[in-house]
Order: sequence, then structure tokens, then C-alpha cells
Amino acid sequence: MATDILMPALSPTMTEGKLAKWLVKEGDVVKAGDLLAEIETDKATMEVEAVDEGTIGKIVVAEGAEGVAVNAVIAVLVADGEAAPSDAGDAPKSDKPSDDEDEAPKSDKPKGDAPKSDAPTSAAPPPASPRVAAAPKPISLAPMSEAAAAEAKFYENTKSLTVREALRDAMAEEMRRDEMVFLMGEEVAEYQGAYKVSQGLLDEFGPRRVIDTPITEHGFTGIGVGAAFDGLKPIVEFMTFNFAMQAMDQIINSAAKTLYMSGGQMGCPIVFRGPNGAASRVAAQHSQCYASWYAHCPGLIVMAPYSAGDAKGMLKAAIRNPNPVIFLENEMLYGQTFEVPVDEDYVTPIGRARVLREGKDVTITAFSLMCRDALAAADQLASEGIEAEVIDLRTLRPLDTETIITSVRKTNRIVSVEEGWPYAGIGAEIAATMMEQAFDWLDAPVLRVTGKDVPMPYAANLEKLALPQVADIVAAAKAVCYR
Amino acid sequence: MSQLTPDRQRQMLRQMLTIRRFEERASEGFRAGEIYGVVHAYSGEEAVAVGVCATLTDRDKIISNHRGHGHCIAKGADLDRMMAELFGRADGYCKGKGGSMHIADFKIGMLGANGIVAGGISIITGAGLAAQMDGEGAVAVGFFGDGASNAGPFHESINIAAGWKLPVVYVCENNQWAVNVPAAESVPTPNVADRAAGYGIPGVIVDGNDVFAVYEAAAAAVARARAGEGPTLIEAKTYRHRPHTERIDQPDARPKEEVARWLEPDRDPIPRLIARLQAQQGQLSDQELAEMEAAVQADIARAVAFAKASPFPTLASALDDVFAA
Repeated sequence: MATDILMPALSPTMTEGKLAKWLVKEGDVVKAGDLLAEIETDKATMEVEAVDEGTIGKIVVAEGAEGVAVNAVIAVLVADGEAAPSDAGDAPKSDKPSDDEDEAPKSDKPKGDAPKSDAPTSAAPPPASPRVAAAPKPISLAPMSEAAAAEAKFYENTKSLTVREALRDAMAEEMRRDEMVFLMGEEVAEYQGAYKVSQGLLDEFGPRRVIDTPITEHGFTGIGVGAAFDGLKPIVEFMTFNFAMQAMDQIINSAAKTLYMSGGQMGCPIVFRGPNGAASRVAAQHSQCYASWYAHCPGLIVMAPYSAGDAKGMLKAAIRNPNPVIFLENEMLYGQTFEVPVDEDYVTPIGRARVLREGKDVTITAFSLMCRDALAAADQLASEGIEAEVIDLRTLRPLDTETIITSVRKTNRIVSVEEGWPYAGIGAEIAATMMEQAFDWLDAPVLRVTGKDVPMPYAANLEKLALPQVADIVAAAKAVCYR
Repeated sequence: MSQLTPDRQRQMLRQMLTIRRFEERASEGFRAGEIYGVVHAYSGEEAVAVGVCATLTDRDKIISNHRGHGHCIAKGADLDRMMAELFGRADGYCKGKGGSMHIADFKIGMLGANGIVAGGISIITGAGLAAQMDGEGAVAVGFFGDGASNAGPFHESINIAAGWKLPVVYVCENNQWAVNVPAAESVPTPNVADRAAGYGIPGVIVDGNDVFAVYEAAAAAVARARAGEGPTLIEAKTYRHRPHTERIDQPDARPKEEVARWLEPDRDPIPRLIARLQAQQGQLSDQELAEMEAAVQADIARAVAFAKASPFPTLASALDDVFAA
């Protein structure tokens, strides 16, 4: 899908500015966070960053142009393979799940009119900021059960989508399927989402089912709960989960508890979704992982997808589920591309983890963005002769302990990775579960790799320090292997 | 009250009497140790719930707060299952897992009491959104107190409802006291209803102890909501006869003379209604009143018997209904 890159505003009052300099040229492959251009007004200058990954398909406004209106299209970003020159070394394609740990993204997409690159980040420049520490790794399905095999079957026919598009498609498909489903939140309609996740939904479904709310989290969350009590199936978007703290009373006291409190009379079929976790350089109030907060509460299902395929399949599962679901997305992943099953019936089973990579020496569990780093760590470990098994937890409550324990019985070692704080975190839960259910299989203490136990600092170097790094995961994995 | 037939007026009296006797029996049960959970008695405020709910149909929704028994009864909830819930029994509305502050009956449009002050206001606004999306003219009515009007959800919800013209009626029962702090110390404007101006909606002040005055104000607000003209804020000035809860050591900072004054027959909503019906030729004879009182007492006695006969919940049921299948 082509994405317009628009002239940004440096301030609320800015109406036009000068496009001082292009830092990229047509055909360049960019990642989220890469610098694209410099713009300036008589008051200030600013660098424009890429929001999505892709290829610069066309530069619309030439360097040096003055009086460029805010929101004018200055360039067009195309998904890799759509219209951009191909990189020479296309990765091998595979149509079926494989145990090959270096498997490239699968593609069964009919070839269009343009050459296609399946290794979008292979030609990208080195990461410019801490938030793009490693390229997203392709998912290698490693069936461990019939459920996994059934899921893998859907991956025999896929198309490339960004996580953002996958989430949008999930909502659109479910809204077509069920009249009761609607979306509400700040800027979800006219602006199509603060992170552009709801693109096209207002056009298709109209303002009755795609509703812009005031900035009033407690209010619209309670309204969503009340609508669910009345038989509707709301999707409530939080601009970020940081703001959902204002609505905690409604999420916990009303949505999570009413089925129980009312003696089973009425549950609350509702999805709360939005970006969770650290973005980049937005400091403490805008950078935190809520996974363990919500997972603590009976009555809530908590999901956190990594890949676009799961983002779609899991969101569809969440919308169809009769319980309140906390759906934790990640801003850093929105622009990342993965293979997504074409079949609209692909619904990821709730409570099933996914083995992203098989290995015999150590189990690494992760979720959301941390899967990327866990896979990168596994690559590095492989080069040192340690075969790590990487598990994407996907659902944090209910937790797929079966998959974790099956893995630990094989590897006898486990490292839990999460971006959130260590104290009473997901890793603490996994460690306790291993003590209770897999003690005899462990050859080393469970180790946790987590964010530091501090509010998120602002400075880039401190922020990087506060977040789990690939090297931390490698070190923990080696430690449990006594190497 | 031209819209209300004499029969209907007598029914309203009977509902108010039922609420009063239910609360008296609940208080007695609490003191006797039969009911071990908290009880917030609605006594003294009966005219508000009954006057408002008399304007509603079965498809309309209400939500309540911690002082919720009156709203349940006025909306038509079953006394047996209510009492059984207070007794913590398996046949209670919530199978003994909710108690006084969480009684709900979704089948009759009672979306639940809510133990968090102001917690219900946004939920009922959502029921209003659902009603608007359905487009079949249903309305949603939220009951809350003066204290809730100081909390964020009051503002957030009414702001949205006004902007979206949702069919909601916000009923503030101003009983003039928080637990022990006078509302006047917390509400800076003379009336809670004054706050409606901030949302561009009607703010109506009504004598909350005059059931017909409440009925008229609610009927106008409900008609406005059904017509798609948006929400109304009704402030019903009233007074609770009892302390905040029925706890024996519950402090009550309210001046004794003030409480006594509100208990007098010219202020108590039930004697006021009786006097009014009796003053109207043929509306309510002494014998009819005595029969009504006896019937209400029999209903309450039956509810208590039902509650006592109901088993305690099985221990296994503690794990039920956390997640929907």
C-alpha cells in the first residue's frame, strides 16, 4: 500500500514552510525513524522522520521549494516490492513452515507489475537510533501441536502487510461480519487514528460506527462498557495505553468484574487496544509496558502481538471473544512488514504461544517488540554454538504454560524477556510457574531480562540503557547455559 | 397529575412503601447478623427512584450507585432475589457474589448498582449511545448522588452526551451530605443543576420528596431524550433518613434537629404522598392504605423467607463466571 508522506507542521499555527533538503532519493529503502528531509520556516527547522518502512517511490516536492502547505504530499512511500527498484539479492522464498531458522519471509503473493524484494531491510543503512536495534526477523513456524499445525496451514497462502494494515484489516473484516462491532476513540475517525491504524474505516462504515471521542478516557471507556452491557461490541482505541490509566476504574471495576459480580448475568464483550510500551524519547509518562498490570486482573484477557499475521488474527479473536480484552500493540511495530494469511477465517487461538524458532539449548520467551530482539539474540547465540528456542507468548493471560513447559523439558533452561519493569512482572510469573510446574526439568535458575526498575529516562543513551538490549538477552542465555 | 390514573398513583405509593419496608428489614437483618455486608439504606429518597422510573418502559435502562435498592425496586426487580443477594445466598441476583452494591437485573434494564462513586455515570452514557445507535427511542437513566457530581466521570460523560445528543437523563439525588461532610462544602455552586449550563443542556431542580414533581420533571426529560434532543440533568433535592450505612458504629455528623426535621410528615415523601392521595376524594381510604401496608409487609416477609431458605453458594461456584465461555 502506498503511503503519502505529508508536509508536517512545526507548530499548531504553521500553515506552510520550505522543504530545505531531501536526505533520501527515490528508490531508497527507509525504516521507521530514518531521517527523510529537512524543513524550515522563518522560525525554526525540523527533520522529518519516516513513520513507516518502505521505499521512497516518488519525491513530489523538490528540494528548495518554498511555501509548501502543511499536509501537502511531499513524497510517496511504497511498500517494498510494489514499485521500487529491486534489491539484487532476493532471499529464497518458502511456501511452507520450516524449521530452517534463517528462513526468509514467505510470499505467495501473485507477482505484480513490479519486481519484488522480500528482504526489505537487508539493504537499509545501519540503525540510526536505539529504537531500531535489529531488523524484524521473519517468522518460522515450528508446529509443536495440532493447534500450531492448523495455524501453520493458514500461512500457506499469505500476503505482505504492515502491522498497521493488518490491524485495520482485522477491524474492517470484523465490522463487515458483525453489525454490533464499532470503533471509538480519540482521532480514530476523521484523522484515521493517531498512528493511522483506522485508515479507511470512516469511509467504509460511516460516523455511526467509527466515532471520534473527546479527550476523555474515563468517559469514553465507561461509555464503551455501557454499550457492551447493552449488547454492542465496542473496540476502544487508546491513543496510547499510557492514557488508559485514567480509565483504570472502568477497565477493572466495570469491564473485568461485572460478569462475576452479576452472577454470570452479563459480561462485557469489548476490546481495548492501542500502542503499549516505550516509543522513543518521549520519557517516563509515555513509555511503559502495561502487560503485567492487566495480566494481574481476573476477568481480563491480555494479548500482545508481534507479527502482522498475529496482529490480525489475534485482533479478530479479541473482537469475537465475549470477554474484555486488553490488546497491547507497539508503535515501533506498526510500520513493520510481515506475511499475513490471506484467508479471512484465520483467527489466532487465544492462549496459544508460538514457537518462532526452534532450538535445543535454551528457551527464550518474549512478546511484542521483544520478540524481535529475542530473535536477534538467537542469531547471535547460534553463531556461538548455542541453539535458542524463541517463544512468542502472544497471549499473556491466559498464559500458554504448556508450550513453555514443553520447551523447557527439552532445553532445561529459560530466559524471560520483557520491556516492562522486573518487579511482579510477566517474567516473575513465568519464573514462579517454572518453579511450580517444571522444577525438575530446570538445570539453571530462571533468568529475567527486563526494563530497568526506573521510570523511563529521556536522554537517548539513558533510554537505551533502561530498555532490554539484544546483548542482555545473549548474556542471560549464556549465563543459564553456564557459558 | 392528569397523566397518572388513581390506580397508577396508588401503585407508586406501594412501590415507595415497599422500598421503605425493604430497607427497614435490611437494616434489621444487618443488626441481627443475618446480613453481614454493607447496607446503604435509601429511606427518605424513595420519591426520586419511583417518580423517575414511572416514566420508563421495560426497554429503557437505568444504572444505580451504592445506595441502590430503591432503584432496583422501582425498575421492577424481584424482591426475593434482592433479599437473597443481601443474605449472600445462591438464589440471589448475583448468586451471592455481588451483595448490596452490585445487584443487577439486565433483563429488566437494571444495569447494576456500582460501588464506585460516579462509576455508573459513564456506563449509563454508553447505554445511551447504544440506544441512539439502535434508533428505537429507548432512553438511559443514571442515578447518582451529589458527591458523584464532583467527580471526573460526571463531567466527561455529560460533556459527551451533550455533544452527541445522547438519550440520557442524569438524575442527581442531592441528599445534601457525603458520609459526614455537607454537600455545600464540596459543591461550589448553589445547585448541582447549575452545572448543566456548562454543557448547554437543561438543568432542572425538583423537590425530590414530591413524587409527582419528580415524575413531571423526569417525563419532560425522557420526552426530550426520546425526541433526540439530548440529555437533561435533574437535581432532586432530598435527604437520607439513615446514616451513611447501617453500621452500628457509623458516625453521623448531621445535626440531630436537621435529621428530625426531614423525618416529619410534611417532608417525608411517603406521608406526603399519602396525605395528598387522601385529600383527593376517593383516592385512598384508610382501609385501602391498611391493606396496602399489609400486602407490602407480606411481600417483604416472603422475600426474607425466600432468602433464608436459599442455600449458601457452593464453594466451587467461587471460581465460576470469571470469564465468559
